Amino acid sequence: MTTPILEMRNITKTFPGVKALNNVSFQVAEGEIHCLVGENGAGKSTLMKVLSGVYPHGDYAGDILFGGQVQKFRSIRDSEHAGIAIIYQELALVPEMTVYENIFLGNEISSGPLINWNETIRRAGEMLKKVGLDVNPAEKVRNLGVGKQQLVEIAKALSREIKLLILDEPTAALNENDSENLLNLLRGLRDHGVTCILISHKLREVMAVADSVTVLRDGQTICTLDAHKGEVSEGAMIKHMVGREIDNIYPRREHKEIGEVLLEVKGLNAYDLARGRPVLREVNLNVRRGEIVGLAGLMGSGRTELALSIFGNAAGYRMQGEVALKGRRRHFTHPKKAIEAGVAYVSEDRKAKGLILIQDVKQNITLASLRSIAARGIVNANAEVKIANEYRASLNIKTPTVEQRVSNLSGGNQQKVCLGKWLFVKPEVLILDEPTRGIDVGAKFEIYTLMNSLVQRGMSIIMISSELPEVLGMSDRVYVVASGRIAGELPIAEASQEKIMHLATN
Amino acid sequence: MFLQNLQRVLRQNIREYGMYIALFVIMVIFTITTDRVFISSRNLSNLLNQTGYIAVLAVGMTLVIVIRHVDLSVGFLAGFLGAVTAIALVSWGWPVYVVIPVVLALGVIAGLITAFPVAQLGIPSFVASLAGWLIYRGLLLLATEGTGTIIIPDEAFNAIGNGYIPDLPLSGFLPETHKLTLLIGLIAIVLFIASELNGRRTKQAYNFEVLPMDIFILKLVFVSALIGGITWVLAGYNGLSWTVVIMLLVVGVYHFVTSQTVLGRHIYAIGGNPEAAELSGISVKRLTYVVFGSMGMLSALSGILFTSRLQSATTTAGTLFELDAIAAAYVGGVSAAGGVGKVLGSIIGALVMTSLTSGMNLMGVGIAYQYIVRGAVLVAAVVFDVATRSRGK
Repeated sequence: MTTPILEMRNITKTFPGVKALNNVSFQVAEGEIHCLVGENGAGKSTLMKVLSGVYPHGDYAGDILFGGQVQKFRSIRDSEHAGIAIIYQELALVPEMTVYENIFLGNEISSGPLINWNETIRRAGEMLKKVGLDVNPAEKVRNLGVGKQQLVEIAKALSREIKLLILDEPTAALNENDSENLLNLLRGLRDHGVTCILISHKLREVMAVADSVTVLRDGQTICTLDAHKGEVSEGAMIKHMVGREIDNIYPRREHKEIGEVLLEVKGLNAYDLARGRPVLREVNLNVRRGEIVGLAGLMGSGRTELALSIFGNAAGYRMQGEVALKGRRRHFTHPKKAIEAGVAYVSEDRKAKGLILIQDVKQNITLASLRSIAARGIVNANAEVKIANEYRASLNIKTPTVEQRVSNLSGGNQQKVCLGKWLFVKPEVLILDEPTRGIDVGAKFEIYTLMNSLVQRGMSIIMISSELPEVLGMSDRVYVVASGRIAGELPIAEASQEKIMHLATN
Repeated sequence: MFLQNLQRVLRQNIREYGMYIALFVIMVIFTITTDRVFISSRNLSNLLNQTGYIAVLAVGMTLVIVIRHVDLSVGFLAGFLGAVTAIALVSWGWPVYVVIPVVLALGVIAGLITAFPVAQLGIPSFVASLAGWLIYRGLLLLATEGTGTIIIPDEAFNAIGNGYIPDLPLSGFLPETHKLTLLIGLIAIVLFIASELNGRRTKQAYNFEVLPMDIFILKLVFVSALIGGITWVLAGYNGLSWTVVIMLLVVGVYHFVTSQTVLGRHIYAIGGNPEAAELSGISVKRLTYVVFGSMGMLSALSGILFTSRLQSATTTAGTLFELDAIAAAYVGGVSAAGGVGKVLGSIIGALVMTSLTSGMNLMGVGIAYQYIVRGAVLVAAVVFDVATRSRGK
């Protein structure tokens, strides 16, 4: 092994009541791609926050050696100064600024107080070339897709002299194509001597790109696997992450009983007034009782737009076409109407669009159906606690009490709270938009099991997902969406990753 | 053990109890510096009456700020509707019982008009209500242009801002005190203790954390003593004024609506995360109208209280009311980020601000220094709020 560029020794970090990191040691060799995996709450992000100075020196126990020297970062500035750049899941770009302004934000090229804009634009162009992004540097970041924004973030990091690049779940919001590009870029950067730490839940991705992998579990280092010795495999990683072997990540359904058509969409067109362009064109689709229908497609292909259109035109589009529920033609003008009719939509972005983070578990669970536990407009507080506790038990939501604020829960548990909220409206058609994004293997398995038991009880599920194995593992039928159209419909027996990608990209 | 408990509870709930403690401390300080004039029956009674018209605005403003908006038009709207009240009573000769509901309805309409560009077109409420501020200021001037100050001779109307509730006709018993006021205070204490005990039992049934027994008793004793003390002091003067009764009613109704009803919960959900609320089937648009409509109605009420107190409508009525109301809400722990803040807090905030004015007036502090002190208190309250936010649950 070459000399480590980074060595974290016996790091212990405690929060009130919780030991987030317990004596963690972590070594990264120079010029490698080192992946950090573990379930949500295993301590990955905390470890990286210790490293980047978000938790200043003295706030944790243990030593950080970077470039052979003991470092005492007191802030992110210090770690940046030492050559560490960290890119978070939530992008830190200013949408209303141009690409070049963003790249040099906080690191302006200036003589005295004046910014040299020409030089800035030229240098930004160079950085964009480095990351293989072909956009006009004068474009506003707002107008770029998530994948491109991600690359701008990396360009921003590269514009400083960095030795170590940390990416926290960079591909969580990306489609397969953009993910592949990003991984290629990381390989390229490695070959130019930039060391990378990659945090990811996508194990296939980890296998594709990692030189070595460190597994964290419950705030402790479990092991470090070396890819060049063939130690990295999906099974091995999962085993270490959960401490047990999971034979099949997609649980089998015992009985499949597929009934009559519950929801039918015919000739649906939608026009986004805000963006001034059509988002759906002539969409036809149906879902039967007891069926899980997968909705595959690239990011921005119109999958979420389709869901929002069915769900009471929640995005405020101008729409044409027909939505029928149980054979009756319906025109939902607000999510409220859709909910009353038995349609539920679990958003892809639980923090921004799913949960009221400052409220507690019970308030979130009852939010969409508060009237059902109210008499004459007055909420029955006892019934609320009872219901929240029922969902807490049945969904295995890990929280001390239902009075806990949801912002204090881990991603998987937050997602379960979202699910609880939507199950409490007792829907017949449940639309799940990226139901397992950014949550750990154990919680994923629980959600899959739940989906199976729901359809067995006669519910219909539409599952939007960017993870093809998930689509193939869970669906009975798959629709592929591309540029606002249904590009194809595949029975599960005929579906494969290649076929779906082929339809999605043509 | 007791002190440890007390310390822990205070630390955990410092945000919630902070302003009650602050109000208490301010009152104690002024009582000492004014040689007990501050806590005298007469002064306390006046102080509450002065708080009335700002307090009702602060209640409405709490909800407006909770849903992440602001309404700057409320001050001059109150002034303008006060003038309308005066004109209807004096020039048109309408009876009081007609004028008041009509003016309240006008207030609701004014609120809905402010809400229209906000809810329908997404115009920032700061801008929409700033326009209202200018327009109502103009309308107030127009309304009082010909006559100047309009004096109201109607005694029934003027009693709202200056009168007191009648006493029980028991002559021999406790002379010099207002028996009905005492009785109401006593009932309030009983209701408070009953509801606290009930809440505690329910929480225990669900294994939720409750206050340790000794601290719980301390809280009951403290609050009961406070209610008892205030009613005793008030009973020593003229008893409860109609203004205080109205204020208590408004606070009671709004506290109930915000804490117990579907409507209230939906309002806080919108404040916490408008997109999630919309996707949960809550119509953000409709509730924006509701909240601004209620604000308009309370502006009208504030105008009525103020006009009645002065027994006249003036050309400058309502000036800066909106900022006093906003300040009261912030002092009372309402968060500008939305979704957080209680009606009771805003009332305490309003009391803190009027106590400062009243106390400093009694001490003979110059008006210039009064503004500076109140500004400092506002900043201190918000800094305290932000600093303690990360704690608590």
